[in-house]
Amino acid sequence: MPTVIVDGKEIEIGADERLNCIEAARRGGAEIPHYCWHPGLTVVASCRMCLIETGSRDAATGKVTMVPKLVPACQTPAKDGTVIVTESQLVKESRARVEEALLIDHPIDCPICDKAGECLLQDYHFEHGQPERRADLHPFTSRKREMGSTVTLFVDRCVMCTRCVRFTREISGSAELMVINRGAKEEIDVFPGFPLENKLSGNVVDLCPVGALGDKDFLYQQRVWFLKAEDNVCGGCATGCSIRTEHNQDTVYRLKPRENPHVNKWWMCDDGRYGWHHLHDPSRLVEARRAAGGRARREGGADDTIEWSDVGRRLRDDLGAAGRLAVAVSPMLTTEEAWMLCAVARSIDPQAFLAVGHVPIDGADETYPGGFTIRAEKCPNRLGVEGVIAVFGGVDAAGRVPGWNALLDHVRAGEADAAWITAAYPGGWIDEETAEAFASLSCLVVQDLFESPLSRMAVWKLPAAGFAERAGTWVNAAHRAQVFQQAIRPPAGVWPEGRLYWSMLGRRGLYDAEAVRRQIADSSPTFAALAGDVPATGIDLRIQQLA
Amino acid sequence: MPSFKPVLLEAVGVPDGHTLASYVARGGYAPVAKTLGEKQPADVVEMVKSSGLRGRGGAGFSTGLKWTFLPKDHPGPIYLCVNADESEPGTFNNRILMEDDPHQVIEGIILSSYATRASTAYLYLRYEYPKSWQRLQAAIDEAYAAGWLGKNIKGSSFSLDVYLHRGAAAYICGEETGLIESLEGKRAWPRIKPPFPAIEGLFRKPTVVNNVETMACVAQIARRGVEWFKSIGVPADPNNPRDPGSYGPKLYCLSGHVERPGCYEAPLGITARQLIEEHGGGVWKGRRAKAVIPGGISMGLMTESELDTPLDFAGPGKVGCLGLGTAAVVVIDDQTSIVDFLHNSCRFFAHESCGQCTPCREGTSWSLRMLERIKAGKGRLKDLDILQEIGNTMGMMPGSTICGLADGAAWPIKNAIKKFRGEFEDYIKRTNPSGWMVTEPVPALQIVGAH
Ligand SMILES: Cc1cc2nc3c(=O)[nH]c(=O)nc-3n(C[C@H](O)[C@H](O)[C@H](O)COP(=O)(O)O)c2cc1C
Ligand code: SF4
Ligand code: SF4
Ligand code: FES
Repeated sequence: MPTVIVDGKEIEIGADERLNCIEAARRGGAEIPHYCWHPGLTVVASCRMCLIETGSRDAATGKVTMVPKLVPACQTPAKDGTVIVTESQLVKESRARVEEALLIDHPIDCPICDKAGECLLQDYHFEHGQPERRADLHPFTSRKREMGSTVTLFVDRCVMCTRCVRFTREISGSAELMVINRGAKEEIDVFPGFPLENKLSGNVVDLCPVGALGDKDFLYQQRVWFLKAEDNVCGGCATGCSIRTEHNQDTVYRLKPRENPHVNKWWMCDDGRYGWHHLHDPSRLVEARRAAGGRARREGGADDTIEWSDVGRRLRDDLGAAGRLAVAVSPMLTTEEAWMLCAVARSIDPQAFLAVGHVPIDGADETYPGGFTIRAEKCPNRLGVEGVIAVFGGVDAAGRVPGWNALLDHVRAGEADAAWITAAYPGGWIDEETAEAFASLSCLVVQDLFESPLSRMAVWKLPAAGFAERAGTWVNAAHRAQVFQQAIRPPAGVWPEGRLYWSMLGRRGLYDAEAVRRQIADSSPTFAALAGDVPATGIDLRIQQLA
Repeated sequence: MPSFKPVLLEAVGVPDGHTLASYVARGGYAPVAKTLGEKQPADVVEMVKSSGLRGRGGAGFSTGLKWTFLPKDHPGPIYLCVNADESEPGTFNNRILMEDDPHQVIEGIILSSYATRASTAYLYLRYEYPKSWQRLQAAIDEAYAAGWLGKNIKGSSFSLDVYLHRGAAAYICGEETGLIESLEGKRAWPRIKPPFPAIEGLFRKPTVVNNVETMACVAQIARRGVEWFKSIGVPADPNNPRDPGSYGPKLYCLSGHVERPGCYEAPLGITARQLIEEHGGGVWKGRRAKAVIPGGISMGLMTESELDTPLDFAGPGKVGCLGLGTAAVVVIDDQTSIVDFLHNSCRFFAHESCGQCTPCREGTSWSLRMLERIKAGKGRLKDLDILQEIGNTMGMMPGSTICGLADGAAWPIKNAIKKFRGEFEDYIKRTNPSGWMVTEPVPALQIVGAH
């Protein structure tokens, strides 16, 4: 194994790993400060914050020969015998000087800067800077410039790392951002008439190591140190980006991509990033309501609010009395929720017709030059739900799991007396005409985030949970299963689907997604990979099946 | 007067010396015919290598050796870029060659392209040279018409196209990888190395970048022979295995406070004093030199007592200068303020820094602002220490930057402060009698910087 010597410590690295000295040093426990380098972008080695001393150790003699000058760790490959010195006097002085240089024109407006608290310029200044400001030369300016509809540039906070510019050239391929002027007068800008408008634009804010690029959606909303972060998965499309949901007191403030080499690398799209506002929409359904007399709801008909603790029993009674049941298992549900829903349905009607709920499609898949794909399929778990329904034997003669259209056909053909439609879509998804198919049923249950033509005719109108409010496993378009916890509580005591189904199955205590997951794993080879602990980056169900 | 007879400048003063007819009459292009007919590319590389020719663009790197860094048996294309961006203050030798003897440059390009197996050569010309542009384009047209350029030159299997490209006036476009980026239509931000241009250069293909005068030298070596070239200049120091010697004639650009400024050809190794006295007619107005720039402003300063330093590749370094650079010798007389000189130098580099590397971008601008402040009568002795620190830490040599511009910005600062500290201290004390000793930060001064 190649051995790298980090501050005197021998660190083994993989034989075909191509690490730079920043990455190798990290393995040895040494964090080398850096601005311009980012693992997802090309190396420019221009900020010079990562300068270190290096050398090489002769394999035969053990003699170390040092390079007689500083080198950028980001640009220097770590090979067998590479010697990395991260804390020499020379290195420390050099870092202090770069910090000092970057602050010459900086307005030092941390008290009004969104980045404060998670800013590399701040952190590095405390760690590597010098206490005295020697560059007492220049009155500050503090200018703002619109980059596009999502991002504002605070011009004078920029450290010219060009990460944002490289992102738009290498990853989004839209190349809106550029450097104008020369030398210390250099600034980031867009060409007049060509603002930063692409579906990945928000990523430049994450990339910006300082407070120069501000996310308009988050600007001045919350101090970052008040935020708590939960590992989550984006429900916006079938890519299923790994994210962190950042929230405070059950209010989401922003979503951030979470590094996942198998799914989204370091990125997420704007639709997903800003696609959490519906969670806090005041028009959300928040009560379990049942039409008076248990008869299909009609214009102006009365209904009652049902206590959550009664919902399960009465729902069971109503559906049991109605007869043949058809269930739409929403691709917004987690695999665990889907599994429990199917179990509940089959316990009410052992012949219940199970189908995947409506799968929203918007346009075509879009793949960007950096490899990032936004899926046309705007739901996170079609594959997980299909797998679950198959486990319950809900496949047609051709071995296919019925979808939403099959369910509509089934209902229109009069083969169902009752239907339980789970939805939980962030926006409108069904028109009057389609809803009409359910008009003649004796019992319709709709579980959704918002009113819809369908919920308006339902006997049972149940609230659903939003993506950050549920727990379980989603299986993305590439068959990768990602497990996540509930990040925030749903509004006003709403029972997320998982909790309702758990109690309807007569299980005790709180909904335990992990227990359900293990049960699913045991019940089917499709999900066998979920039996053990699932890493934060998820697990490929197909690979596990082959093995 | 020296007995040395100009070779590179032989066309200067010759009526119509810039034309093909004149060049051929002087023996030009015959070496091309002979080379294409009788020699292999490797023979030309060997010839240039054994001549000891070192690049005339500033760094003094062995030309033949540079050519051998190209990958062997590369399927092509391989490119030759001729650096005519000549922007180093004080430098105008390439201009004389391009205006007065463009065919000499083109012949060098043909021979060098043949040696490096390049079938396309780009001439990157600074914008501010309109006459060079006209003369070069006319000469290229003449050469095409006469069959010295284009397909199957003079019936051989070798073809070469030469494109003349005009830059848009930025010093950084002369740095070889900045030049390459600019040729590719991008912002001239020097590239990080490796890969070096010989492996991955223009359009990501193997590329050689050479200076105009280097091309002229190649033409002369082919015409007059390796022995002739090696008979001129300073041989390698036998006690220093890393000194490859300084062979051949060199164009020295003499300017500043001399009686007869101009471009003079002399054997490498002439001393600054000889150059000023024998060619330049001495410091003007009967004055003494205070300081002399040995090879363009980037190389730093020599004092009057250092003027006997030989201007070969090794000489200026021995007196603390960066090197021979472009051999542009600028004389600063004893009536001139070194504070003014350094201010001007800092202004140039702050204006020309491409802005990529933090130490160069901020260091050049900070040093300019300090000089502005000193000149505004608000200087402090402390500023000299900070300037010295910037000078010592900014550049490729300490490892803090990508390209050599920062070293070039640093050298005048550190030479001026080290060699003329007394003058700076006197100036600061005289102009800021109440504040020169202050060491705490003082309120910011509104300063109009470089444009
Ligand atoms: C900031 C900077 C500016 C430069 N400008 C020029 C120039 O104008 N002309 C030139 O020939 N070389 C210039 N050089 C040197 C080139 O990078 C390169 O070394 C040279 O063109 C190689 O040619 P040679 O080997 O024939 O000397 C410059 C270097 C730096 C760092
Ligand atoms: S705006 Fe941010 S990401 Fe872009 S160059 Fe400036 S500091 Fe870097
Ligand atoms: S040293 Fe200066 S000019 Fe050279 S690449 Fe860096 S910033 Fe640009
Ligand atoms: S991180 Fe290495 S130079 Fe910027």
